[in-house]
Amino acid sequence: MSMAIKLPRLRLKGGTSLWVGGGLVATAITAAILAPVIALTDPVMDANLMNAEIAPCWEYPFGTDAQGRDIYSRIVYGARISLSVGIISQVCNSLIGVTLGLTAGYWGGWWDDLVSGLTNLMLAIPSLVFALAIMAILGPGLVSLVIALGLTSWSYSCRIARAQVLSLKSQGYIQAARILGYGDLRIMFTQVLPNILGPLIVIATLGMGGAILAEAALSFLGLGIRPPFPSWGSMLSEARDQITTAPWLSVFPGLAIFFTVLGLNLLGDGLRDILDPQSTTRRN
Amino acid sequence: MVKPLLVLDDLAVHFKVGSMLAGGVKTLKAVDGVTLDVKPGECLGLVGESGCGKSTLALAIMGLLLPTHGRIHVGGQRISGDTPPDRMEMARTVQMVFQDPYASLNPRQTVRRTLADPLRLHGVKDKAEVESRVIDMMAKVGLRPEHADRYPHEFSGGQRQRIGIARALILKPRLVICDEPVSALDVSIRAQIINLLLELKDEMDLAYIMISHDLGVVEHVSDRVAVMYLGRIVEQGGWQEIFENPRHPYTRALIAAIPDPFHRAAASVARAKAKGEIPSALNPPPGCHFNPRCPLKADLCTVEAPVLEGVAPGHLAACHFRDRII
Repeated sequence: MSMAIKLPRLRLKGGTSLWVGGGLVATAITAAILAPVIALTDPVMDANLMNAEIAPCWEYPFGTDAQGRDIYSRIVYGARISLSVGIISQVCNSLIGVTLGLTAGYWGGWWDDLVSGLTNLMLAIPSLVFALAIMAILGPGLVSLVIALGLTSWSYSCRIARAQVLSLKSQGYIQAARILGYGDLRIMFTQVLPNILGPLIVIATLGMGGAILAEAALSFLGLGIRPPFPSWGSMLSEARDQITTAPWLSVFPGLAIFFTVLGLNLLGDGLRDILDPQSTTRRN
Repeated sequence: MVKPLLVLDDLAVHFKVGSMLAGGVKTLKAVDGVTLDVKPGECLGLVGESGCGKSTLALAIMGLLLPTHGRIHVGGQRISGDTPPDRMEMARTVQMVFQDPYASLNPRQTVRRTLADPLRLHGVKDKAEVESRVIDMMAKVGLRPEHADRYPHEFSGGQRQRIGIARALILKPRLVICDEPVSALDVSIRAQIINLLLELKDEMDLAYIMISHDLGVVEHVSDRVAVMYLGRIVEQGGWQEIFENPRHPYTRALIAAIPDPFHRAAASVARAKAKGEIPSALNPPPGCHFNPRCPLKADLCTVEAPVLEGVAPGHLAACHFRDRII
């Protein structure tokens, strides 16, 4: 017998996707926060038609657009809008969806019927069409964009949450909790929610990517961020006419969306793995 | 006479099945007129096939299902269809050990949390007291203190069942319902868990209801045995009485089904076998529910349901031919 102190050694599975995803997302968030510091020019005001559509070079690393504005600076500022829309609206969706799905699955009865009906209704109407309708009422702008996207695609998390609750409800530990005197809310938060969190996180990170793309779509349709302010979606939409003559106008905002969405999805996978106690191996 | 800890008085739990639109509503009589009592410190074995209503009976005693009619007196509480129990009070009186140690522990909670949360919920505020009661309880079920911060998947089936037992006993209940506590375990572990339950019974002054479909398990632990068939008790009595002198043909069939190298009297009776499967509780046979499978079946059996009557002191059987000794 050795007298060495036994330290639990935790080995993280899925570490690669967690670190790569986390790195990509952290880069995007840092860029958004530090935008005034790291941007080379003002994304809106520094238009100079003399510099229009310059290909990427040392002075303009991502090139310039038709008004001569630096694409790199616009992407860095656009990150603020795209990320806040993506993250805030998906947090709204997740909160709404998980609350409805959890309670519907746990309580059942007329509440379940109501929530299921509402979910089916939301799934039947494409969420972008729904968001369009809300945007038409509220008018374009960042706040209405977040509201429109945050209220329209909770049905996926709701469905997943409800199905997971239904499969867990008959497990012995839920019954044991009731027998020990736990109230319904306590059971939902301490017994059910931690056990359904994995798939919900994956859905939420997928949804963040989806919301960034939906913002792009709404801006493309002219209902999102109004020019001249930059968001990745509106930059793409403005670049569509020059896609053959000046491809860097669309390639770089596209890459920004691509890497951010990829990073969010990898981060979701990684988070799911470390939240699962079964994936940590203890060696004594 | 000791005051019973649990009294079931003509307890019935019925479920409405089906809908008005599709085929009409039927009544499933999962538990149909059960009268039973358990005294402090006693172990009652409750035996019957799958689907006979054992688990429904357990849920009703736990206060999770309300009786359709009849009453349950447990501890100081009286539960009937229109008086639901005080759940917190119930939790400190009756607890349950589950069959499947893999599904009955929350995979996201450490042992410490599984045991400490109920204590805090029931008003133990002092951190040191919670900690000492948790460690104390773990020691009682044979777990070491360093196990406290582990998750359920790090334990074997037998250890998990020990955690399940610790969780059931942490609030110091007086009655514990063990729902097939060893049937999901390796045979080599079963004796350990049964012995642990028996030790804890004496140590903590508990009463048990040991639910099983296997009379063999019940035989070793029970003071009294009740045999259940399609929602009714068909025979009950002291375990020696039941095993040596079973009066209901269903009890005989169950005893005959125990693998028995020593050829006990009742088991050697060739006619003791029950034919076929348990009938649907939605559509039970008329008269005695056991009549389609019974070797003693007579015309009377399809007409009149036998009542549970005494054949010896403390030994009751519900059979028209309870006095016919084979």
